[in-house]
Amino acid sequence: MSLKKVPMPEQEPDQRNKNFKEVALGYEENMAVEEAERCIQCKNQPCVEGCPVHVKIPEFIKLIANRDFEGAYQKIKETNNLPAICGRVCPQESQCESVCTRGKKGEPVAIGRLERFTADWHMKNNEDKIEKPETNGRKVAVIGSGPAGLSCAGDLAKMGYDTTIFEAFHTPGGVLMYGIPEFRLPKEIVQKEIDSLKKLGVKIETNMVIGKILTIDDLFDMGYEAVFIGTGAGLPKFMNIPGENLNGVYSANEFLTRINLMKAYDFPNSPTPVKVGKKVAVVGGGNVAMDAARSAKRMGAEEVYIVYRRSEEEMPARLEEIHHAKEEGIIFKLLTNPVRIIGDESGSVKGIECVNMVLGDVDESGRRRPVEEKGSEHVIDVDTVIIAIGQSPNPLITSTTEGLEKQRWGGIIVNEETLETSRRGVFAGGDAVTGAATVILAMGAGKKAAASIHKYLSEK
Amino acid sequence: MNEILEKKQLNPTVKMMVINAPLMAKKAKPGQFVIVRVDEKGERIPLTIADYDRNKGTITIIFQEVGMSTKKLGTLNVGDRLHDFVGPLGKPVEFSKDTKRVLAIGGGVGVAPLYPKVKMLNEMKVPVDSIIGGRSAEYVILEDEMKKVSENLYITTDDGTKGRKGFVTDVLKELIEKDNKYDEVIAIGPLIMMKMVCNITKEYNIPTMVSMNPIMIDGTGMCGGCRVTVGGETKFACVDGPAFDGLKVDFDEAMRRQNMYKDMERKVLENYEHECKLGGILNG
Repeated sequence: MSLKKVPMPEQEPDQRNKNFKEVALGYEENMAVEEAERCIQCKNQPCVEGCPVHVKIPEFIKLIANRDFEGAYQKIKETNNLPAICGRVCPQESQCESVCTRGKKGEPVAIGRLERFTADWHMKNNEDKIEKPETNGRKVAVIGSGPAGLSCAGDLAKMGYDTTIFEAFHTPGGVLMYGIPEFRLPKEIVQKEIDSLKKLGVKIETNMVIGKILTIDDLFDMGYEAVFIGTGAGLPKFMNIPGENLNGVYSANEFLTRINLMKAYDFPNSPTPVKVGKKVAVVGGGNVAMDAARSAKRMGAEEVYIVYRRSEEEMPARLEEIHHAKEEGIIFKLLTNPVRIIGDESGSVKGIECVNMVLGDVDESGRRRPVEEKGSEHVIDVDTVIIAIGQSPNPLITSTTEGLEKQRWGGIIVNEETLETSRRGVFAGGDAVTGAATVILAMGAGKKAAASIHKYLSEK
Repeated sequence: MNEILEKKQLNPTVKMMVINAPLMAKKAKPGQFVIVRVDEKGERIPLTIADYDRNKGTITIIFQEVGMSTKKLGTLNVGDRLHDFVGPLGKPVEFSKDTKRVLAIGGGVGVAPLYPKVKMLNEMKVPVDSIIGGRSAEYVILEDEMKKVSENLYITTDDGTKGRKGFVTDVLKELIEKDNKYDEVIAIGPLIMMKMVCNITKEYNIPTMVSMNPIMIDGTGMCGGCRVTVGGETKFACVDGPAFDGLKVDFDEAMRRQNMYKDMERKVLENYEHECKLGGILNG
């Protein structure tokens, strides 16, 4: 049996870096069956433990091997509400696939690709038969419609709760809509997942900035018996270096929101513009940095740099995204740290001054600490700088809700077992609690909170 | 919801609309703003709340038609609905109980966000002198409303067609030099006007509140596009403002940032106007 995964067909790098269509094209049936047969159905099933929502991985893979694709889909759906999304954006290499027995010799089973195949097969071939559960008449509010909110609302609706999601933007989906680009996660897929939630009876109120138009106390007054806060980590971090407010400096959030949510790639048909110069530096090494760099390339930038202060080994981005970015011609400036952004006489970016770094001792993050190399200052000529060094939780809700305890850095404090906050009946999960993390962890938190809310309301 | 209940043309480029938004009207406070989208594909346009009526459940917006999106907004009529209407956003303004006398200065459409603040001071029984200005007579807005809530109202126009010929800063200087009795100045208008006002009030060390209207996307602190440097620190106008201590604002940077998309905005507007003309021909 092959030591390698069945390769996934992809758009050619030189073609795809000019369009926003999906990069990876997905398995065909025979490829999926062939890959599924690589799973040895081991008894201890470490992959299930490696998945934050415990998808029954060997079972669904066995169903694929038997060509029961719909059965495989239903098996995944038992624990995962959003397989088409997870199959595309989960960091499988550090979760399920990292512990795959098959991976001890050769490559692990391509669990992510198989999950994606199953979800796509279902969408193409079968209509969702969603039966609206009978409602128990008890109202629960979910704040935020990103992965945490969606999965929490889905589970609550299935249990019969009258669930309403409140979303601040004009479109639901959170980071799945404004953050992750179309070429990695088609918006149509997110839309389908949202539609199926609506069929389950979940109500979605857009344009509702909770903390401003309604407070959490207002929600209780309106008859909601429990509240889940899944507001994510939407507050962009900046480096606090000179020149950060020059024209041409974006936070990754702004850059990606302009492109994904406001469709700036279709300018002037879409009226929200974005300025992408000829040479772009993206600062950071996570998925968001890769997304920004690859989007810039697709918007026509000639040279795009990833500027990252550690080495590639420490990059938090998914391996596949780093690999795809390199294939698409993104230039990696590793062990490089910006110290100043330089502007021209009109106040627009004309360069970014960086220093070289060397890796020193291991720091509290468990990674080797980058240390500045003296005298290594150099300037990279760029006209656009995108800062993608992370986000903190948005303070809108914590600042308007009395008695809601938070960490110094803004994360909401919860009981880790129940996800209940310091306010009775208020639960929280996802990036709003942990700081910026992954879609699947947020979904796991949403599910956990739904179960806790059910327990809390049953006992109330 | 979001239905336009009233519409009024205040001058050749400025329109006022009263919007049915009961939830928002309950929470709105002076100094806050809303974000509007006209249609499915529209831009998110930030606009200051010019007035609100908690009993009627309405929010009043006043906007100047500059780009394609505000022009499109201006084509809507009573009975139409705004596609999206988000708010109230931003920090409400606060005045200290010790405020004794305020000088309020509004330039052009800046009088719209100035009005609710003066109205609030009036309700707090704080006497306010106001200076409002415009390019010419027809560009002076909210004269009657401002008169009602101000102790003295001074009007200036650049061309002298109404009130005094000159700038709001001319009157400001005179008032301070004559008898400096103001313990706070509020100035809202074009960036260059606010900068000029602050240059004067700085000399006399009078605390000055300004309201910033930078380029913005979400309005909730998420994009960071509305960065303003205040006292050397970066602030987000959407959550930390839009009102700031004018004596500390870096106006030169703000003016530069505001021009970032000028060329692209012009292109969108030209396309739109071209289409409108074509539509006009085709529809007879």
